[in-house]
Amino acid sequence: MITYSFLKHYWWFLISLLGGILAFLLFVQGGQSMLFSLSKTEDERRLLVNVLGRKWEFTFTTLVTFGGAFFASFPLFYSTSFGGAYWVWMAILFCFIIQAVSYEFQSKPGNVFGATTYRAFLFINGLLGTFLIGVAIATFFTGSDFLINKGNITNQLAPVISSWGNEWHGLEALLNIRNLTLGLAVFFLARSLAVLFFINRLNHEVLEARSRRYLWYNAIPFVVFFLIFVIWTLFSKGYAVNATTGIVSLERYKYFTNLIEMPVILVLFLLGVLAVLAGVIGTWISPKFKSGIWYAGIGTVVTVCCLLLITGYNNTSFYPSINLQSSLTIFNSSSSFFTLKAMSLVSLFIPVVLIYIFIAWRAMEKKRIDIEDVNGDEHAY
Amino acid sequence: MNLLDATLVDWSRAQFAMTAMYHWLFVPLTLGLGVIMSVMETLYVSTGKEEWKKAAQFWMTLFGINFAIGVATGIILEFEFGTNWSNYSWFVGDIFGAPLAIEAILAFFMEATFISIMFFGWKKVSKKFHLAATWLTVLGATISALWILVANAWMQYPVGMEFNLDTVRNEMIDFWSILLSPVALNKFFHTVLAGWVLSGLFVSGVSAWYLLKKREIDFALKSIKVGAIFGLISTLLIAYTGDGSAYNVSKRQPMKLAAMEGLYQGKTNAGLVAIGILNPAKKSYKDDKDPFILKIEIPSMLSLLSQHDVNGFVPGISNILDGGYQTQHGVALSFLEKQTRGKAAIQSLASYQKAVIAKDTAGAKLYKVQLKENYAQFGYGYIDKAETMIPNVPTVYYSFHLMVLLGFYFIVLFALVLYFVNAKQIQKANWLLWICVFSIPLGYVAGELGWMVAEIGRQPWAIQDVLPLNAAISNISSDSVKITFFLFLILFSALLLAEVKIMLKQIKKGPEAEY
Repeated sequence: MITYSFLKHYWWFLISLLGGILAFLLFVQGGQSMLFSLSKTEDERRLLVNVLGRKWEFTFTTLVTFGGAFFASFPLFYSTSFGGAYWVWMAILFCFIIQAVSYEFQSKPGNVFGATTYRAFLFINGLLGTFLIGVAIATFFTGSDFLINKGNITNQLAPVISSWGNEWHGLEALLNIRNLTLGLAVFFLARSLAVLFFINRLNHEVLEARSRRYLWYNAIPFVVFFLIFVIWTLFSKGYAVNATTGIVSLERYKYFTNLIEMPVILVLFLLGVLAVLAGVIGTWISPKFKSGIWYAGIGTVVTVCCLLLITGYNNTSFYPSINLQSSLTIFNSSSSFFTLKAMSLVSLFIPVVLIYIFIAWRAMEKKRIDIEDVNGDEHAY
Repeated sequence: MNLLDATLVDWSRAQFAMTAMYHWLFVPLTLGLGVIMSVMETLYVSTGKEEWKKAAQFWMTLFGINFAIGVATGIILEFEFGTNWSNYSWFVGDIFGAPLAIEAILAFFMEATFISIMFFGWKKVSKKFHLAATWLTVLGATISALWILVANAWMQYPVGMEFNLDTVRNEMIDFWSILLSPVALNKFFHTVLAGWVLSGLFVSGVSAWYLLKKREIDFALKSIKVGAIFGLISTLLIAYTGDGSAYNVSKRQPMKLAAMEGLYQGKTNAGLVAIGILNPAKKSYKDDKDPFILKIEIPSMLSLLSQHDVNGFVPGISNILDGGYQTQHGVALSFLEKQTRGKAAIQSLASYQKAVIAKDTAGAKLYKVQLKENYAQFGYGYIDKAETMIPNVPTVYYSFHLMVLLGFYFIVLFALVLYFVNAKQIQKANWLLWICVFSIPLGYVAGELGWMVAEIGRQPWAIQDVLPLNAAISNISSDSVKITFFLFLILFSALLLAEVKIMLKQIKKGPEAEY
């Protein structure tokens, strides 16, 4: 029996899954942030640009889908967060606009600003895009300062229902150290995944050796920042929702309690973390091990998905406000039953999408890429 | 909450309009050029002739340059609904969000997956697999256009929804009526065809330049023929969908039609303005100054096109504001009557909310009924005066007429080019080749004008009759929007400059150098 409650949970699962997939695909941004450090020659840099350039659209599309799915399933979040935390989202969008053209334009004659500028755009996208997305997602745990009053719609002179509580419009999230730790964790995770991706995809001994070294520099800070964020969050107060009244209150160890009360998510979360560590440690231990990206990638998807699930499930506010009763839950911010049902039917196409992505990926990635491949490809970046 | 900044709506509109207009510089070429290069690749696969492969690859390169910047401007549009129109996002997000999500799931991933094979897969997959990838890339782009145009059409003609007093928003009740609304279907075909027309002009113009330079003759002759056939068919079809579009406007957005025709006083047997210059001295719909300095009309044509009846009555701006004329739904209400009903609807909602808090079930039921009775005019409750209802008439009027004029010009141009190509005289007709080259920008102009008619013509509405812009806004400072407006303007302009220069360089290099 498909109930309204089931559909809300189903869509929060899809949003969480998309968030997990996005976190994995941010390896493209992680790689971009190392364009100038990991490569030492023009050939090496070009190789990095081209191996990432075949994947950037997946990350971009997943980000757009993440936004679109949020709009369709939880429009009050879309309305409140994007309209309120204006500057954080605009900063993220700027980072992605400059990425979209940079692969295609950087190697083309007549590009006005020169290849270095476009590569700098890619670097900025890699550096700030990952960090800011991490900070923005951290507010799902730490809360923001907004008010919602649907009664405002009847005020003809000031009908806006959502308002932000300060003039920083989202930038204040940067002053919260816990938010920063997740931002840095996402940044170093993206870089760790990127070097694992390079090890898997590149047929270039020097870059592979350097990537293995870079894995140390990035995976260790990732683990440190990730552990700080997770431990801090699990043992902090969380935003609990009374299942009967809908009243939101701060509850000690809420997210830890959620994991304990949802053992499947707890087990998956731990398995996800282990898979990430297996991908990283396996690559460190064995010079022949090149599949770390798949372990760490799948682990990232599962771990991030579980982290997002515990913000929405088990009577929790997924987008909390310091004005507690304005906090958003999967119950008070979702679309109607009809829309969620219609969208759920559309979501049945997702396996088809995954199948053709798999077929296309396999067709294009039969062999590892080297500089000769790039030089011999008429459309190479 | 604080009162909203008076200039916020203007800056938010400006930002959205600027982003949309930049986006529409790139999307139409993606839609049309995609089909042309796919046809060329199909010819390559079916005939085995390498010259078709070379031609397809050349246009593919230009497609790629254009596609990237279209993606860059497109992401902003999606998120601006939230950042700048947050009230809108809640008030109609239940309906409007769905097409955007479907677009991402069904179209964007298709594009993102297969474009990679299209560009990098020539040596990695079979010919047929590659051809399928090319067509699927174009199909993805077209499906993407379908869903965003369904969403836009719904803003012009909101159907398949019901207002929920408890959630304070409109909710979807009929998905198919939204997808298959006559406005949506017409808008999809009209807009996609506009992209095809532009691409016909683009391919013909670039090919004409090669012929003028006596370069790439075989490639250019093939391409100009494909471009002109494609352009002519598209232009004829767009004239047909344009007629449907005008008919939809007359039925659902009569104020827009009145502005398109500069029609202040309605009439039966209304003529269609073929050529006309508006009178700048006409400042108000109330004054009795003639709206035109000069006007040549086609008698009764406006009545015929908009009412499908030469004797049909076409309301003018004054009639729409004063009401009292007969429509298919009965006697038209005046603006004041609509405003009164709109205010009553808003008041009923406020009373309903109070009754619910007070657990006054009978009162809540009564206010619900009152609201439903007046909901069709809900948006009018936010509008202060009748003048607000009138879009900028000169902008809409001249945009519409110039667009139509350009449409007829394109038909003549494509027909001439085809005639000279078939007569094998095109290489000698330098005058026509130069016209082709200089006509490329006109395709862009026509497309932008079309959007100006569609969007400026429906002001002040975000959702026709339901939500005006001043109630759709986000609660941010206009200074914030000003800053992002100028940042986008600088960034998009810089990227446009780069795009144009790269395109010109690629064209100068030509297909031989490219592959």
